[in-house]
Amino acid sequence: MADPTTAMPASAQPRQRRRLVRDLKAMPGFTATAWLCIVTLYLPILVLIAFSFNENRSVVLWTGFSLDWYAKALENDGIRNAAWVSVKIALFATVISTIAATMAALATTRTKKFAGQGLVYGIINQPLMIPEIVTAIATLSLFALVKKVTGLTGIGYLMLAHAAFCIPFAYMPIRARLETMTLTLEQAAADLYAPPLKVFTLVTLPLLGPGIVAGAMLAFVVSLDDVIITLMIAGPGETTLPIYILGAIRRGITPEINAVSTILVAVSVLLVMLLFLVQRRMQR
Amino acid sequence: MTGTEIARDRKAAVSVRSLSKTFGQGEYAITALDSVELDILENEFFTLLGPSGCGKTTLLRLIAGFELPTNGSISLQDQDITDKPPHRRPINTVFQNYALFPHMTVAENIGFGLRMLGRPTAEIKQTTERMLALVQLEAMAGRRTDQLSGGQQQRVALARALAPAPKVLLLDEPLAALDLKLRKSMQIELKSLQAETGITFVFVTHDQEEALTMSDRIAVMKSGKILQIGTPRDIYDRPTHRFVADFIGDINILEGTVEHTDGDLATVRLKDGTRVSAHLGTASARSGDVSVAIRPENVRLASTGETPTLTGILENIVYFGAATNLHLRLGTGEEMVIRNPGAVDEGRYQPGATIGAILQPELIRVLE
Repeated sequence: MADPTTAMPASAQPRQRRRLVRDLKAMPGFTATAWLCIVTLYLPILVLIAFSFNENRSVVLWTGFSLDWYAKALENDGIRNAAWVSVKIALFATVISTIAATMAALATTRTKKFAGQGLVYGIINQPLMIPEIVTAIATLSLFALVKKVTGLTGIGYLMLAHAAFCIPFAYMPIRARLETMTLTLEQAAADLYAPPLKVFTLVTLPLLGPGIVAGAMLAFVVSLDDVIITLMIAGPGETTLPIYILGAIRRGITPEINAVSTILVAVSVLLVMLLFLVQRRMQR
Repeated sequence: MTGTEIARDRKAAVSVRSLSKTFGQGEYAITALDSVELDILENEFFTLLGPSGCGKTTLLRLIAGFELPTNGSISLQDQDITDKPPHRRPINTVFQNYALFPHMTVAENIGFGLRMLGRPTAEIKQTTERMLALVQLEAMAGRRTDQLSGGQQQRVALARALAPAPKVLLLDEPLAALDLKLRKSMQIELKSLQAETGITFVFVTHDQEEALTMSDRIAVMKSGKILQIGTPRDIYDRPTHRFVADFIGDINILEGTVEHTDGDLATVRLKDGTRVSAHLGTASARSGDVSVAIRPENVRLASTGETPTLTGILENIVYFGAATNLHLRLGTGEEMVIRNPGAVDEGRYQPGATIGAILQPELIRVLE
């Protein structure tokens, strides 16, 4: 059936957007400021990447292109073990923190307003504001106590510590997504005979999906990148990639480290690109 | 025939008894519904009409089960459903903003209710196709809902709610987001859809014209209470409350005193001493000061030689094609509008002239 509302908006919108962009660009110093920001942000990384391909041992003197340092890095058992430990911990932390964050986000948006709701929100987000060194020392003292009482040791402590500090990072995008989702869709599902569990699995979860994926990726990157807490908690043989790099640098910087760092950059760029794609889907 | 009389000879689909809903607590408590009594009949197109904040949407949400009442009960075909969650009520809703599932196709949206009821796949497919045909969207079955226009989304929402063949269909201002032309055609479509399916429709709107056009019966609500229930003609011709009279269409309201009553008729003395007889209807005020009301189209100009009911000075003439409104200042100081079909003789009717008006006595009502 013909419908008068379909024809209207298609042509009007892009023209307006184009004009807005032109106005902003016309401001004096816009281009210079933009380039300054981009250079400050990315020049160090570009230098790092460039010298990872250096033939020479030096990280300041370019002599020629080679992939030797990548080969060396990939053959290095220390790096390989550290990478494996990092991924293992990050995966565990991501799963645990994302589940916890999803539940927390549901509890703070999909329940009736309760006393202390603002406080709960604050408590979940507070770790972002506390200096990480404080969190690290606090976690260390708690674990020391637990170790003394239970006698348990192992990589579990490090995994739990990572899972804990990843929760607020995973929580933020999930909550943001939930807040833009109106409750009406869930009510519509209930109205159409869906019992609560089906409402959750068929409507809430699919719509929340992009938020959960975004939260999980953020948690993964944050865990992969962590130094301070890991440094405090990690026991012998629990060297993560950032800790390994830190140790290696003390013995002098080599293009091998550059190569490992470049791989890390590539992994996080990939994740960010994925995140971007997911968020684009989210906006539709 | 009044609303309650109809209720006696037909079966009630939804019965609402002393239903109250209060939001908030203590001094911030807001009473959204105040002891509402209501019977919505089988196969009826029933409209809840009132200004925003009158409690009409709250009443709808209580019937749907999205809110629990503070007091009172709701039953569906003599079964108490007051405490049943929404998914256990054979009632479906068309939401104001449609609430279509964005991650499903049009066909999946329409089939959702039947899937949840565990119907066989063949039946779901067949019913979905029938619903798509009913709302003329066969070509859109595989589309995502965000690729549809507002009017098409509206139809999908309707088809989705009708597919499980509910006992009662609730519609929460479903036409509010559509433009005028589309709204008019949807009004007619909705009305014929209701007649075709035989499902009881409960329609919420603040648009009095929409209510008069579509409804079998209307309940006019204000501040959480139902003021009057009746057919569109009851509500329009025989309003019982000043609010109802004012809210629906234009009306002249005159103050007066009841002199004596004779059955349904009361003789009311207006402020300038003129006596008019007015219908009491359900009005409880049978003596003392009352307001009487008459529609502008039920007042006509007195022709030469005729004894007018009232006289007044003509203040304004407003011509709008099909009719002309003549604004009179009466001897009582009150204003009265006469709606004269077509144009009037401008030589005779000029501002400042003294005009006689004839009020049809059977169409004057005493208000609560």
